[in-house]
Amino acid sequence: MLILRAADIAPSEITPRELYQRRREFIKAGLGLAAATALGGGVLVPRSAPAATPAAEPRRFDGVRKGPFGSDEKPNSFKDITTYNNFYEFGSDKESPAEYAQAMKTRPWTVNLEGLVHKPKTLDIDDILRLAPLEERIYRLRCVEAWSMVIPWVGFPLSALLRQVDPLGTAKYVEFHSHLDPRTMPGVRLPVLDWPYVEGLRLDEAMHPLTLAGVGLYGQALPNQNGAPLRVVVPWKYGFKSGKSIVKIRFTDKMPQTAWMKANPEEYGFYSNVNPNVDHRRWSQAKERRIGEFRKRQTLLFNGYAEQVAGLYTGMDLARNY
Amino acid sequence: MDAAALQQGLARWRALSNDQVARLKAVLFALCLLPLALLAWNAWNDALGANPIEAVTRTLGDWALRLLLITLTVTPLRRLTGLHWLTRLRRMLGLFTFFYAVLHFSSYLVLDQFFDWPEIAKDILKRPFITVGVMTFALLVPLAATSTNAMVRRLGGRRWQALHRSVYAIAILAVLHFWWMVKQDVTQPLIYSAVLTVLLGVRALWREQERRRQLGGAYLPQVRRGKIIPIVSRRP
Ligand code: HEM
Repeated sequence: MLILRAADIAPSEITPRELYQRRREFIKAGLGLAAATALGGGVLVPRSAPAATPAAEPRRFDGVRKGPFGSDEKPNSFKDITTYNNFYEFGSDKESPAEYAQAMKTRPWTVNLEGLVHKPKTLDIDDILRLAPLEERIYRLRCVEAWSMVIPWVGFPLSALLRQVDPLGTAKYVEFHSHLDPRTMPGVRLPVLDWPYVEGLRLDEAMHPLTLAGVGLYGQALPNQNGAPLRVVVPWKYGFKSGKSIVKIRFTDKMPQTAWMKANPEEYGFYSNVNPNVDHRRWSQAKERRIGEFRKRQTLLFNGYAEQVAGLYTGMDLARNY
Repeated sequence: MDAAALQQGLARWRALSNDQVARLKAVLFALCLLPLALLAWNAWNDALGANPIEAVTRTLGDWALRLLLITLTVTPLRRLTGLHWLTRLRRMLGLFTFFYAVLHFSSYLVLDQFFDWPEIAKDILKRPFITVGVMTFALLVPLAATSTNAMVRRLGGRRWQALHRSVYAIAILAVLHFWWMVKQDVTQPLIYSAVLTVLLGVRALWREQERRRQLGGAYLPQVRRGKIIPIVSRRP
């Protein structure tokens, strides 16, 4: 038992979150001390305000095991992951989601699975959380805006959820519909996108073992701004492909028209696989800035997951199917 | 406040002494440095968020554009209020525009790209909003370079003025740069566009009124003596 525990690294052991949050303070305190000493100790060192504490104690998951495909890269800090978000329903800048998403109610929460399936179902989120053992998967996330993070997700393979409804043979695609509530989501009052946010995957992409039903990060339930209580995580595609706060999953035989495709079909294609060789009008995709790093790093084809997923696209022209 | 009180107040402000204008200039100088000071303060306090490089580039770009629009407000404001000394603040505002544009550009070169010249060249050629940004900056350089009294004299008032009219194109390009940068939510560029439209609109309106007056022959003697720069060609 003891040996097993040692092999299973608990999320709390790999992720010294408190240390991350405090490391800059250490550095600053050091700098400040140096400055104070240099000036004869007469300098008051400014301290940053303490980070706002979430309203309720976040729910921690027990018994999360380490899943496959994990990256051994250093995860970004909890603070970076939860304060620099694209969640347009709460506003189009990076800070608004953390500010406004707290108003979103994530209980009760149900998810409709419908369309080309044998057994359409409405599942309660608490039942979804018990569908499969929870795993920690440390994945890279590459945003179309040429930045990236490493995130220790908690979740289970999305295929376990999709299998619940027994898709028909004719189902070729899956649509993911995000929650829409104008009362709690200031961003949807403007027609920035065609709300609700809809994303989509080919069924084989959605069933791929890398694709996660994400329910948490850093060992705890997803903060609202990261897509609570249930989101999709597709690590080899640009971040916007991974829908947040999912309320409906629809199986179809036609390629879904996603929110971003409708907004700008030339810039956002259905596949949106991370590809350093296919540039975007606004961003060269050859390089990316890992949040927390200074120099840009080379972007990898399929975000470094080519070994697992390149086979999904054999024979396809990736420049045309962007 | 009623109209008479407003006129009275304005009259007091119109009659500022040279000393008072100089003091006002010093205050404005400090105010123009405030955004930079705030940025530095936030950087020191680690308050620029998860992507500080982006925050720095954007804040500096924002202030370059804001100061540009403030500079363009001087002339209409002077005309509306009769506060003629406002013109004496204009050069400083224009140079601060350039100052923030230089910092914004440097932030891109150093913090964002770290002198990766091939990548920068590719950016300029392939990303339309960067292309426009560089054009905007390139057009600002001659204006900053000819901002001194000596340069005004060397060029002659009329040529200097013709050159500095490019500021209208610069302002349009700067807003376009912002517009093409945003992914989808154009709220902010829209606001800047609206302000710019008003600033250029009043000028167009006044120019049209002036053209009609000149056509009516109102100022012909002064035009001939070079006191007023005609906007209607003298040779029909
Ligand atoms: C040398 C030429 C320029 C380059 C290479 C350049 C580059 C950039 C870049 C890369 C951004 C996006 C920052 C990011 O998302 O990380 C940006 C934003 C911006 N730039 Fe420039 N720029 C240039 C000139 C200018 C000039 C001359 C102005 C104004 C007078 C300007 C105003 C702005 C504004 C307002 C933004 C948007 C800031 C925001 O999002 O709030 N830029 N520029």
